Amino acid sequence: MASAFMQPGFGEAPGYSFSQAPTVAASGAREHSFYPYTDNGGSTLGITGQDFAILAGDTRSTSGYNINTRYAPKVFRIGSDDESGAGGHIVLAVCGFAADGEALKERLDAMVKMYRYQHGKPMSVKACAQRLATILYQKRFFPYYVHAILGGLDEEGKGALYSYDPVGSYEREQCRAAGAAASLIMPFLDNQVNFKNQFVPGSGVGHFLEAREPLPLPRKDVEELVRDAFSSAVERHIEVGDGLQMMVITKDGVEEIYHPLKRD
Amino acid sequence: MDSLVAQYSRPAFHNEGYSQEEQQELSQTMPGDISLKFALPPVAQPHAWLRAQTDDHANPSCPIKLAHGTTTLAFRFQGGIIVATDSRATAGDWIASQTVKKVIEINNCLLGTMAGGAADCQYWLAYLGMQCRLHELRHKRRITVAAASKILANLVYSYKGYGLSMGTMCAGVTPQEGPALYYIDSDGTRLAGNLFCVGSGQTFAYGVLDAEYKYDLSEEDALELGRRSILAATHRDAYSGGYINLYHVKEDGWVKHGFNDTNPIFWKTKLEKGEFSNVTSELV
Repeated sequence: MASAFMQPGFGEAPGYSFSQAPTVAASGAREHSFYPYTDNGGSTLGITGQDFAILAGDTRSTSGYNINTRYAPKVFRIGSDDESGAGGHIVLAVCGFAADGEALKERLDAMVKMYRYQHGKPMSVKACAQRLATILYQKRFFPYYVHAILGGLDEEGKGALYSYDPVGSYEREQCRAAGAAASLIMPFLDNQVNFKNQFVPGSGVGHFLEAREPLPLPRKDVEELVRDAFSSAVERHIEVGDGLQMMVITKDGVEEIYHPLKRD
Repeated sequence: MDSLVAQYSRPAFHNEGYSQEEQQELSQTMPGDISLKFALPPVAQPHAWLRAQTDDHANPSCPIKLAHGTTTLAFRFQGGIIVATDSRATAGDWIASQTVKKVIEINNCLLGTMAGGAADCQYWLAYLGMQCRLHELRHKRRITVAAASKILANLVYSYKGYGLSMGTMCAGVTPQEGPALYYIDSDGTRLAGNLFCVGSGQTFAYGVLDAEYKYDLSEEDALELGRRSILAATHRDAYSGGYINLYHVKEDGWVKHGFNDTNPIFWKTKLEKGEFSNVTSELV
């Protein structure tokens, strides 16, 4: 937005994620470059349990130091019949460049709907995950600047979560944080969801300590973890805040929960 | 004048929504002509632009960081082929994942490994899997490893200069060839060989593998050598780590030998075999 017209130059250049000012060579020639991306900040997060998956994202949208809006959702229902979200059973969370995220969501949504109209059954999360990877890879040479996370329930009714890089490499995981505060949230998730660096008390000393085995967490605990992760990230990252949007996918459908976050 | 303008301009909503062709394309699970449908940025030098955006080696502050960094190895021995990899993916300094599956199961007797761009490897090895299946249906027999690896090599060669990044090994056993191992990279190189290590940790893996490798290794010793070579690489290469992924390819298909955390394996190797004596085992 505004950052396209603003030049860094007040002492320390403001930390836009990307400098867009034309560069001036020694000869005095100004070089303008093709710059189609902006980083709109924000963070997303997904965790799965035995029979549910939760995807969450904050609702702040920034460009540089400016806050564009306090409510720009990053988490979307995919393949639902109308605005109410009825009929949808897959959720997509995107962060990075919001316009690319929106375009990606529209494209995936259209494909999931076409699949249902043509085959007379909803697309499985596994198939949708593979399709999203090919959509991202179709733009291998002009990437969507997004980190996507896809969530739903697999064929056995277990929580499923897939995370993507901008050009479509993907992996099924138990939990994943993406976006601006990923480096703050992900270590917390490793410890609290996968029990990394936790040991069984009294199992031994030094090299004989036994690692604590991870087990699926109940929904109440996971919701609490998500809220804690975001309220902590808000304290230490300027691009995260305003509101927390959570989508909980269970066999009964997709439930949306909104929590206010600090707005400073 | 107004009528002229109206005649030659189209209303703003004309191009909204999806066209007939786009709808058709959306409904297909796989685009028909997969290799011609890639979007390109509207600039004179797409590759140079892409490199500036995504190549963190040439430009450390590039905005789009793709997953990179690896140690993978494969070697032929009397009992088949051993394939072993680490599982770390890095984007710049950030460890993007510790649980990447870098051995890609093309079909039940062909394996591919993943080094370089994760998406490039995943996508094109999946595409190779499709082509191999089509070959099987057309010719009523399984494709040879030589042929499969050549499909991939020709494919990446046709994209030379576009910025694909992959270093992959194809391993398989067929009645015609016996155990066969090929190395293919995004420059278009395709080599047959007994032993390859690929990735940022390749030198460390070669060090161990070359020292202990013999074609007549027993199955158990071969698996252990694969594991130990990856362990050495994860120990000295910061871009490698996580879990050790081990496969054994035999005549009747491949067998998976686990996806095991490096940390306990490291301590076991040190404490029980007395290796890694540069590391202290004292916990203060």
